[in-house]
Amino acid sequence: MADTMELRDIEVWDGNMAASHALRQAQVDVVAAYPITPSTPIVENYANFTANGYVDGEFVMTESEHGAMSCCIGAAAAGGRVATATSSQGFALMVETLYSASGMRLPIVLNVVNRALGAPLNVNGDHSDMYLGRDSGWIQLDAYCPQEAYDMNFIAFRVTEDHDVRLPAIVNQDGFMTSHTAQGVKTLSDEVAYKFVGEYKPMNDMLDLDHPVTHGVQTEEDWHFEHKARQQHALMTIVIPKIEAAFADFEKLTGRKYNIVETYNMEDAEVAVVCMGTSVETAREVAVEMREQHGIKAGVIGIRVFRPWPLQQIAAALKDVKAVGLLDRSSPHGAMGTLYNEVSGALFNTDTKAVLTNYIYGLGGRDLTKAHLTAIFKELKANADAGKPTTPLQQYIGLRGPKLSFF
Amino acid sequence: MLEIRWHSRAGQGAVTGAKGLADVVSTTGKHVQAFAFYGSAKRGAAMTAYNRVDDKVILNHEKYMSPDYVLVIDPALVYVADITANEKENTTYIITTHLSTEELIASQPKLAGKKVYTVDCIKISQETIGKAIPNTPMLGALMKVSGMYDMDFFKENMIRVLKKLPQKIIDANMIAIQRAYDEVK
Repeated sequence: MADTMELRDIEVWDGNMAASHALRQAQVDVVAAYPITPSTPIVENYANFTANGYVDGEFVMTESEHGAMSCCIGAAAAGGRVATATSSQGFALMVETLYSASGMRLPIVLNVVNRALGAPLNVNGDHSDMYLGRDSGWIQLDAYCPQEAYDMNFIAFRVTEDHDVRLPAIVNQDGFMTSHTAQGVKTLSDEVAYKFVGEYKPMNDMLDLDHPVTHGVQTEEDWHFEHKARQQHALMTIVIPKIEAAFADFEKLTGRKYNIVETYNMEDAEVAVVCMGTSVETAREVAVEMREQHGIKAGVIGIRVFRPWPLQQIAAALKDVKAVGLLDRSSPHGAMGTLYNEVSGALFNTDTKAVLTNYIYGLGGRDLTKAHLTAIFKELKANADAGKPTTPLQQYIGLRGPKLSFF
Repeated sequence: MLEIRWHSRAGQGAVTGAKGLADVVSTTGKHVQAFAFYGSAKRGAAMTAYNRVDDKVILNHEKYMSPDYVLVIDPALVYVADITANEKENTTYIITTHLSTEELIASQPKLAGKKVYTVDCIKISQETIGKAIPNTPMLGALMKVSGMYDMDFFKENMIRVLKKLPQKIIDANMIAIQRAYDEVK
């Protein structure tokens, strides 16, 4: 029996420490990991907890991230609660196995501490790795601060292990800006946290020798399409209600309320930004200042669930807004940013005639300042007043040298 | 909002100092944030760490800061790092140096006319802890200059923050904190 750890009601933890305590409290059977900055402390702390008797499960050091996720897949198929963590290049090396995990319908929790993808090599935070995983079939939740990195792990276990879902889940947090930033985190006791996650209930587990099953089979044109359709059906119809139910139970337990799409000051907002990660919180502070100091009715939309993409919830949240700035923290490499494209897709067949513009920011950890956000809100107000874009459709924010924009 | 910027070299304990301070402040019910810029910098490289303290939840995640206090825990950084970056009119500087405040300002004229305090955290930590780890003494100096908390409360909480260290090291840290509190000018 694992030892319990006495926590203070509020611990000053960074996002990595918060995530590793959530994994400890969930009493994961197998964590297989290969460390990479900035997610290293998650598995380092977890290995420490395991070595000191706070975890009953296995900690497996693998030879690569590909090996780490392969081991997680094997352990999940065998019938255990499974989790790991990675970032950036490590996540990129996992990609092949990510598709295996989701296609095999295996519940796994993966903490992705978001970091830039090289070249040039860069260890700092942006959303390139999050975007790389967007078609992988994983549920993707996003945390904006250490508290949420802690909370979203509990939600992830609840949803991924639900027998109706059986799809793996990623918890994203910003590299360094969340992962290495210490803030107050309201804790749950080990007992309460474990009770919320619940005892692991295996399904089609390979170690149930009385009921032999096969995982990871080959299907050609006869069945592949049907399997992929079932996977999409589950992701599109079952996951969002399950996340909502988990959010509702979590609110009852903690008082902390989460939503599929997080709206802030949107009731009467004329302009809004849509973003993810720590930027959501900074934008909320700036939105208040826009109202108080500049007379601009500004709101903020935070994407809490990036996959499955909450198309209808986003359309509803933006229906009365006149201008929207879509803030992408990833190099779009020859296209408009992902949030621009996907929010456009959500609004296109609606009555909303909001002016949409795209801002690329914060690559490789470049600071998104309050001054940047203030300037963006002012541009959006000009777009709202003109009823059309007054700037190029895609602009680079916080870039040194000549201004860069497209379309 | 109270904002503090640390100038340090990687390995001198600025991150631990900033997180330790955040931990102590958090026990008083205030909201805290502690972070650093270091990326993949090597031990000895100049780096900065940051604290924010507020009565309400801290939402601001920008790295830009116009600090109320600048804490310099390596003496040479006064000359090679931009320690006055984004300063305010009333920014207070607490600087580790073997020089007196007057000698320091004479050697770095851009500190002239500013609120500058000096204390030799390197020497204090060498004489007490036995290593040049100037982070905890700097916190003692900050308590004196800012009047943030009384020493008994602060030391009691620092003992909790440092609880994983051997008792001898914790005791040495407490002496270092007290000495910097007494010696800062």
